[in-house]
Order: sequence, then C-alpha cells, then structure tokens
Amino acid sequence: MNRKEIQIPNFLKKAFSGRNAVISIPYIWLLLLFLLPFIFVLKISLAEPILAIPPYTSFFKWGESWLPTIQGSLDSYLFLFSDSLYINAYLSSLKIAVISTVLTLIIGYAIAYSVAKAPTRWRGILLMLVILPFWTSFLIRVYAWIGILKTEGLLNLALISIGIIDKPLTIMNTDLAVYIGIVYSYLPFMILPLYANLEKMDMSLLEAAADLGCRPLKTFWTVTIPLSLPGILAGCFLVFIPVMGEFVIPDLLGGTNTLMIGKVLWTEFFYNRDWPVASAVAIILLALLVVPIMLYQRAQEKAIS
Amino acid sequence: MKKFGNFNIFALVVGFSFLYIPIILLILFSFNESRLVTVWGGFSTKWYVELMQNQGIKDAAWVTIKVAFISSTVATALGTIAGLVMTRFGNFRGRTLFSGMIYAPMVMPEVIIGLSILLMFVALSINRGVFTITLAHITFSMCYVAVVIQSRMSSYDDSINEAALDLGCTPFHTFRLITLPIIMPAVVSGWLLSFTLSLDDLVIASFASGPGSTTLPMKIYSMVRLGVTPEINAVSTILVGLVTLGVITASIIGRKQKQQTI
Repeated sequence: MNRKEIQIPNFLKKAFSGRNAVISIPYIWLLLLFLLPFIFVLKISLAEPILAIPPYTSFFKWGESWLPTIQGSLDSYLFLFSDSLYINAYLSSLKIAVISTVLTLIIGYAIAYSVAKAPTRWRGILLMLVILPFWTSFLIRVYAWIGILKTEGLLNLALISIGIIDKPLTIMNTDLAVYIGIVYSYLPFMILPLYANLEKMDMSLLEAAADLGCRPLKTFWTVTIPLSLPGILAGCFLVFIPVMGEFVIPDLLGGTNTLMIGKVLWTEFFYNRDWPVASAVAIILLALLVVPIMLYQRAQEKAIS
Repeated sequence: MKKFGNFNIFALVVGFSFLYIPIILLILFSFNESRLVTVWGGFSTKWYVELMQNQGIKDAAWVTIKVAFISSTVATALGTIAGLVMTRFGNFRGRTLFSGMIYAPMVMPEVIIGLSILLMFVALSINRGVFTITLAHITFSMCYVAVVIQSRMSSYDDSINEAALDLGCTPFHTFRLITLPIIMPAVVSGWLLSFTLSLDDLVIASFASGPGSTTLPMKIYSMVRLGVTPEINAVSTILVGLVTLGVITASIIGRKQKQQTI
C-alpha cells in the first residue's frame, strides 16, 4: 500500500529528536524546581504582609478590566535598609564567612598537602578519613561540639583537671564557637578540591626549582601555591558561599550577639511570619552571591574539561 | 620536593584529631550510664533501649528513610542523565544556564533553596508533606549526582561508544549495554551520596515539610534545642555507623570495579 507520508516540519522534527528529549528531562526539572521558585520569592518580596493564609497580599489584582493590575511595593526592601539590624547581619555574615574561609584554607591546605605527600599506600586510607566526616550528618557534627564547648563541657573539664585554667572558659554561645563549628564542618569541602589539585601536581617543577637553588619555603610560595590556585579557589568558593547563609551553626553554637543573615531569614520566616521581609532578605543575599556562584561555576567547568 | 616530613605528620595527626575527636566523644557518651553527658558513669546501652521506645523518633526515622530512598533513586536517574548531557551532548542551546542550575544548588545557602521552593508550593497551593520534601531533595541531590557522573565521564574512552554505534547499535542500546555498565560505580556512589544528603538535610526539609511529616534531622534539631542528652548521642551514633558502613561499601565496590577493568 502506498501511503503518503505525513510531512513533519523540520523544526518540529528537531525539537522532538531523541537528543533534545534527553536534554529536556533534567533541564525541565531544574527549571521548574530550582529556577522558577525564585520568581515566587521575588514576587512575594514585593508583597505586603497580612494576617492570612498565606500571609502576604497577592501580586495581581483582578479588577474590572481584562488585565490584572499589579500591586507591588518595595516596603520590605526599604524596611531592610532602614533597620540597621539587617545591614549589620549582612556585614557580620560577610566577616564571619571571610575569616572562617581563610582559617579553613590554612588548616585545609596543611592537611591536603600532607595527604598528597604521604606514601602512596597510605593515601587511600587518609583520603577516606577526610571523606568520612564529609558524609556524616552536618547537624550531628555541630551537635557534637555543644558537649565539648559548653561551660561544664568536656574541654573545660579537661583544661581544669590538667590545671591550665581554674575557671571555665566561656566559648559556647560566642562567635569563637561559631568559627570552630564552621571550620570543623566545612574542612572536608576545602581539603577535597585542594587534594585533587595537589595530587596531580608535576613534581619535576618542584625538583627543577630545588636544583636551581630555590629554598623549600620559597619554592612553596612561588611554585606550589600558584600551581594549586584552581584548587584553592574551588575550596574557598565551596566554603565561603554556603557559610554566608549558614543557619545551623550560628543557631546552635552562637549566642544572641552572633548575627548571621541565614538566622535572621529563619527568624523572620518561622517566628515573625513576615514572608515578604524573609523573601527580600533572600533576594538581597542571592544578589550578593550571584557573582561568586558564577565564578565558582566557571572554575568548576574549567576543572572538569 | 622534600620528603614526607615531621611537619606533615604533625599536620595529619592534629588535623585528623580535630576531625575525629568530637565524633568519637559523641559515640563514647552514647554508651554512658549517667544522664549527664559530660560525666562518665559506666558503660550502658540503656539509651538505645530508650530510643527504641521513642515513637516520635521511630516515626521520623521512617519518614526520613522513605524520603531518602525515593529521592536518591529519582535523583540518580535524573543526575546521571544530566551528567551525560553535560559531557556528551556538546554545545546545545541553553547549556550555560543548564550548568549554572547544576552547580548553583551545591553552594547556594540552604535557607534560600528552602524558602524559594516552599514559597512556590504555597503559591501553587500544593500541600506540603513527604511529597514536597522528596521533590526538594531530588532537586539538590541530582546536581551532586550530575557532578559525580560528569567527572567519571571525563576519563571515559569514547572509542568504545563509537565502535558500538558503527556496529549498528542504537544510541539508547549503546548507553544501556556499554556506557551504563562502565560508569556503574559512579552511579552507585551518586546514589549513596544522594541518600546521605537526604538523610542529613535539616534546613530544606524544615521549609518543605508540612504537619505530620517530621524528618529525623528535624526531630533531632528540636531535641538539641532543649539540651544535650544521651538519647541524641545514641541516635547520632546509629546514623554515623550507617554512613560509615555505606562509605566503606562504596569504596569496596569502587575498588573491585577498578580491578576488573584492569
């Protein structure tokens, strides 16, 4: 039988090709569940809080006319800038994130460098020891520090029994506890990219430097560090960006004076039920982090290709 | 370069002590007879017995396991596709946005992801519960799987696929019969990673959950806020033990696979 084939336009054929269908599965998922939600955050940040369910005014008002009128207000943003609490929280988060990134880098570099230099037969097990805490619950690891740092905790008990101090130190509920918690929790995120980079390093370059009379410390600063820069950058982004919005650590280890924007957002949302202000806090935090996130993405793409 | 020296030994000993002492103390004090978590009162497993009788924790654990199992399975499927798309599909339209959506969730503060996904569910009047937590977990876990697959594919020998295609294999069959078996260890470790990420998540689950869907981290968090108790140590010890077992299993699978290919 001679049936005339139905002609499918070329652009439709292309759009529904197997290749595009495969791409579209994860693509559409991420568009709908990762990107689209931000539109709602933006929308609600422009609404006003009211006592209702959901607790914000609607963005579109359906009136007589065919098109809805848009009713948005910048009140939430103006409020953020008028109250010094929010600006201080952003600045304080920035300070805590920068300092803890530097601390994590120094400690992480020492560990990653030593693992990379360790005899080959040890490296596997050492790397496993780094990865294990990375997989272990964040919450549990932060919780573990409460018992150590609190006034009648294990650290004070140990220090008093040795005789180093006679009155317990107040570490719990201070910024110091937050720094300890952040460095501890994020250390594996720093060590892994650093190690991946240091392990691949061409040792002959270091030998060349030594042969030409370069002292070990100078070789480290002028050869090793510049060569490991991609690892340093990846590690710093992996620590800095999430720490900017960290909630669990300042909430459990920090005190009432520890201001971090992630905690402010949580309080606005869950305790004050001010969804528009919580959304505005999120939008500004996102705006601050967009550039670091894009730099991180570029660095990662480069590293993999 | 100087050989592995005293400084390196010092760095490793101090570094690993810092990483492990808190966890070891936590485990140790879960077997403490005394209710005081800082005073040793003798060995006892009574907190584990007490844990088994705590219905709230058991319910939360069940919710968590269900969410983790479903979300890691779906995330592994989606993430594997995403990882292959990133490495084997060249330059398609919208690639930069796609890779942005893969990398951003891995570093983006959890409060932002949690808030945004919750606001969307509310705006679309989707009832929050186990289902919404699962959707949220799939979304961020699949990005980790995609990166695991992507880095595996960077050392993948393309000529095997070309051979299969030359011999008349369809792209789908090439994937199923050639690519998938080769990258299976990466897929398995992606699944395990997703599972632990889901098991671990407090912040995003707190936003995405509704009444009656408390996950284990949410339960632990509410207990921690009331103070340190040996019961929390006991439940933590069980979780740490499970994760350790999983990681060791994954590394054994990986090693076996390596030996087979050599």
